[in-house]
Amino acid sequence: MNIVVLVKQVPDTYSERKLSDSDHTLDRDATDAVLDEINERAVEAALQLKEANGGEVTVVTIGPDRATDAIRKALSMGADKAVHLSDEAIHGSCAVQTAKALAKVISTAVGAPGEGFDLVLAGNEASDGRAGAVPAMVADVLGLPALTHAREITVSGSSVSVKRETDDGVTHLTAELPAVVSVGEKINEPRYPSFKGIMAAKKKPVTTLSLADAGIDASEVGIANALTSVTSSQPKPPKSAGEKIEDEGDAGAKIAAFLVSQKLI
Amino acid sequence: MAEVLVLVDHVEGEIKKVSYELLTAARALGEPAAVVVGPAGTAGKLSDGLKAHGAAKIYVAETDSTDFLSPEVSVLESLIGSVNPAAVLIGVSADGKEIAGRVAVRTNSALLGDVVGVSGGDAVGVTHSVFGGAYIAEAKANTEHPVITVRPGSVEIEPVDGAGVEESVQVGAASGRSAAVTSREPITGGDRPELTEASVVVSGGRGVGSADDFALVEGLADSLGAAVGASRAAVDSGYYPHQFQVGQTGKTVSPQLYIALGISGAIQHRAGMQTSKTIIAVNKDAEAPIFEIADFGVVGDLFKVAPQLKDEIAKRKS
Ligand SMILES: Cc1cc2nc3c(=O)[nH]c(=O)nc-3n(C[C@H](O)[C@H](O)[C@H](O)COP(=O)(O)OP(=O)(O)OC[C@H]3O[C@@H](n4cnc5c(N)ncnc54)[C@H](O)[C@@H]3O)c2cc1C
Ligand SMILES: Nc1ncnc2c1ncn2[C@@H]1O[C@H](COP(=O)(O)O)[C@@H](O)[C@H]1O
Repeated sequence: MNIVVLVKQVPDTYSERKLSDSDHTLDRDATDAVLDEINERAVEAALQLKEANGGEVTVVTIGPDRATDAIRKALSMGADKAVHLSDEAIHGSCAVQTAKALAKVISTAVGAPGEGFDLVLAGNEASDGRAGAVPAMVADVLGLPALTHAREITVSGSSVSVKRETDDGVTHLTAELPAVVSVGEKINEPRYPSFKGIMAAKKKPVTTLSLADAGIDASEVGIANALTSVTSSQPKPPKSAGEKIEDEGDAGAKIAAFLVSQKLI
Repeated sequence: MAEVLVLVDHVEGEIKKVSYELLTAARALGEPAAVVVGPAGTAGKLSDGLKAHGAAKIYVAETDSTDFLSPEVSVLESLIGSVNPAAVLIGVSADGKEIAGRVAVRTNSALLGDVVGVSGGDAVGVTHSVFGGAYIAEAKANTEHPVITVRPGSVEIEPVDGAGVEESVQVGAASGRSAAVTSREPITGGDRPELTEASVVVSGGRGVGSADDFALVEGLADSLGAAVGASRAAVDSGYYPHQFQVGQTGKTVSPQLYIALGISGAIQHRAGMQTSKTIIAVNKDAEAPIFEIADFGVVGDLFKVAPQLKDEIAKRKS
C-alpha cells in the first residue's frame, strides 16, 4: 500500500508568533519552525500501516526552502522519499489555492489515485492557522472520500475505516481506497528518529518542484491571486496582571468580594 | 437584497445557539436564508426558532443519505449556483470547517475561516482573532459568495421576526466518492452550558490531581451556572474528557469570567482563554505564568480556596 503524507512546517508554538507588518502573513523569520506536532503523528500512522501492509511512504509538502527540515524529520522517522513544492510565488496563498496546489503536486509527482497511491494521510489541523480544512479540500479536488479526525485507522482489504473523534462525539466512517484520512492528536505517540534513521534520511530522495514542474500556473497561487486578502493586522496589547494575593485563609471570600465588585455575581 | 445562506447546526431536533448568532450576523450582509439539511421531519422542529431569529427563507433539504457531510456540501453548492448569495455562513466546528472548505474549493469561493465578526460593503469583510487573541486581523473576500466560518459566542443574538418561507431543495448526487457513516455516538451535553457558549467557565488543571477531585471544579462551576473546562495536562492524565480541553488544540473560549484552578498557564492553554473578559487564577506557585494575565490571582491551595469560594457564592445567592 502506497501512502502519501502531507506535512507542513509551522512556527514553534513555544516561541512568540508574529504577523509581518508589510503583508500581514506569518512572519516566518521571527519564529523557530518545526514539523507540525500532529503531522508527526500522521507520519507515524503511515509508518505503522506500511509495516503492516508493505508499500512506500512519500512525504509531500508545500512551503519555503527551509521546510526541508520538516521533510528530513519525516524521512528520519522512516518515510521513504519526499516531494517539496518550493517556489517564491507561493508565498501568501490562501487555503483554496493551497488545497488545489497540493492535489496537483500529488497527481504529478506521485501519480493518480489508485495508481501512484492508495491513501493520503494528513494532520487534522495545523497549529498555525487553525484552518483545519485542507485535507478535506484536497480530497474534494481529487474526488476522494475524506475520513477526518481519525483516532483509529483500520485498513482491511480495499477499504479503510476510521473512528472519527471530535468535540461533538464519535463517528465511525468507512470508504473504499483510495481515500484521504486526517489524524487527530490522540492517534498515536510518534517515534523518535534513531541515529540510523537520521543518517539514512540524508540519502533518501527529495524531489524539489517549481510551480512549472508541478504544472501549476503562477496565476493559481500567491498572495496577489489569493481569494482572500488580509487588509490589516494589529497586535493586541497583552492582558496585564491585576491584583495578586497570598491566601491567608480567606482567599475564597476575597475572590467572591472581587466578583461582586465587578458585578459578576 | 441578496440572500445570505446560513447552514443550520442542529442535533436531535434542537438548534445550536450558534445558528441564531449566524442569523444575526447575516443581517449585516443581506437577507438571512436558513439552510436545513437532515432526516425527514427535521425542518418542522426547527422552523419556529429560525423564524423568530430572522430567517426570511428556510431551504429544506431532507435526506436519509449516510454519506458523510456530502449532502450539506452539495446542497450549499447548488444553492450558490441558483441564488448567488452574498455569503455563506457556517458555525465553527469540526464538521462546519470541513463543509466550508469543501464548498469553497468546489465553487472557487473565498474561504474565511474562524472569524469573530463580519461586515458588508463593497467586499465582504471579516475580523479574525489570531494566535489565541494575540493579534486582531481584518480580511476581505476577493470573490463572490465567500464561505465564512464564524466562531460560536462571537456575535450577540438579536431576535427579530422573519417570514421563514419554506422551500424544498433536492439533495443532488455526490460528485466524487464519499465516506459512509456506519454509526454515531454523539456526546450528550448534560445539564451544564456548552463550553464555547457559556458566560462563565471554571477550568481545572493538573493541580486538581485526580478525576475524583474534578468534582470540586464541577461543584464550583455549578454554583456559578458555569461550564467546566480542563487543561491538556488534566485531559491527558485522564482527569476529564477531551471535549472539555481549552487551548490551542482544544476549544477557544471567551467568557465574561474564567476561573483557572491548578493551571500553570502555558502559552498553549492561554491561546484558548486569554480573551476572556475577567480571569481569576488559583495556583500554589507564585511564579505560575497564569498570574501574568489574571485580573485577580490567589497564590494558594485550590483545595482550600475553591470550597470557600463556593460557600461564599452560595451565601450571596441565598
Ligand atoms: C502543540 C501543543 C498544543 C498544546 N495544546 C494545549 C491546549 O490546547 N490546552 C492546554 O491546556 N495545553 C496545551 N498544551 C500543553 C501545554 O504546553 C501545557 O503542558 C499544559 O497546558 C499544562 O497543563 P497544566 O497547567 O494543567 O499543568 P502544569 O503545567 O503541570 O501545571 C499545574 C499547576 O497546578 C499547580 N498546582 C498543583 N497543585 C495545586 C494545588 N493544590 N493548588 C493550587 N495549584 C496547584 C502547580 O503549581 C502548577 O502551576 C499543548 C502543547 C503543545 C506542544
Ligand atoms: N502547505 C502544506 N503542505 C503540505 N501539507 C499541508 C499544507 N497545508 C496543510 N497541509 C496538511 O493539512 C493538514 C491540516 O492543515 P490546515 O488545514 O492548514 O490546518 C496539515 O496537518 C497537513 O497535513
